[in-house]
Amino acid sequence: MKTTDQTLEEILNLAAAHFQVSRQKLSPDDDFFKTLGIDSLQTLDLLTKLENHFHVELPDYELQGVSDFRTLAEKIQARL
Amino acid sequence: MLGTTRDKVQGAKHETRTVSQWSGETLSWKIADGVIEVALHRAPCNELGSASLEELEQFVTALEGMQAHAHALILCSEMKPGFCAGADLRELYRRSQAMDKAEAVKGVRDFLERIHRVLNLIDAAPLTTIAAVHGVTFGGGFELALACDLLIADKMARFCFPELRLGLIPGFGGIPRLKRDLGNAVVRDLLLTGRSFNATKAQQIGLVSQVVGEGEARKAAQAMAAQLKKFDQATAVAAKKFIKPIPYEEFRREIDLFCELFTSPAVEAGLRKFVESRDRQPYLP
Repeated sequence: MKTTDQTLEEILNLAAAHFQVSRQKLSPDDDFFKTLGIDSLQTLDLLTKLENHFHVELPDYELQGVSDFRTLAEKIQARL
Repeated sequence: MLGTTRDKVQGAKHETRTVSQWSGETLSWKIADGVIEVALHRAPCNELGSASLEELEQFVTALEGMQAHAHALILCSEMKPGFCAGADLRELYRRSQAMDKAEAVKGVRDFLERIHRVLNLIDAAPLTTIAAVHGVTFGGGFELALACDLLIADKMARFCFPELRLGLIPGFGGIPRLKRDLGNAVVRDLLLTGRSFNATKAQQIGLVSQVVGEGEARKAAQAMAAQLKKFDQATAVAAKKFIKPIPYEEFRREIDLFCELFTSPAVEAGLRKFVESRDRQPYLP
């Protein structure tokens, strides 16, 4: 089973590809709303991408208050 | 004679004219080779307010004339964020604030009865209806899709009944239609948690017929419609009528419950919160 760090790295890569930003611009503790310049609808897009990639289902209410990639990775990891 | 639409004119006289395509402020439609395609295009995400309702009503009037010449109807969206984000909550809040409670409830009931009529006509239409959805398919948008016989979703589609967050229940026939299609446990999950779920999950629970690549839903619906043309239309219509009950009585009870809930202070607070929110996550629970 992959580690949380591996999951985090995959999330950062996916986010960079989906929102077409350079991977180098993204860090684990970044506020992804600010760094990616996205709104809540686009966050749902990211959630869908992550669910499809990791083959998990993550209730969106678990994203309440989540705004950094590291915490997002922990949420995904808990479902693997 | 491929379709008719009633143009509103001053006074009681109405004109009818035939159309094979029509484009309005919130949607457009066309009929070609026996397939009617309705494309929603109201920015930002096809929120269903009075303008959309009026044009949907125009569409179902035109449908009466078109359906004899068609075997399939495709409903889709041209807006990037998704199929439809649901009711226009900003319009609902603004209008309800401008009148007393009794008037507001009357206005809501009138809107619900009109949208129900539209969705019931789509639901019962004597041709196979296909919702081709992508992105946000929430609330009233989800209900619009559920009125169709088949749902094709691209892999980025996301479904949700968020109404509980506003102190309401789905009011456009969503619960009876979802109960028609799915097990009660799944309906309870979606309704009581208000959570969104993706197309893969939607297919697993039996809601979605096909999940296709991003941006491919409309094309897949067109391919399906082409296949449907091979079948005897009268038989297809009879089969649909046999297998697809329309729960009119439940729709009436849903409207009554919605109007009853609408008088609650929680609803005004929920609508205000959504409309005035500067929250970064208004579409998240």
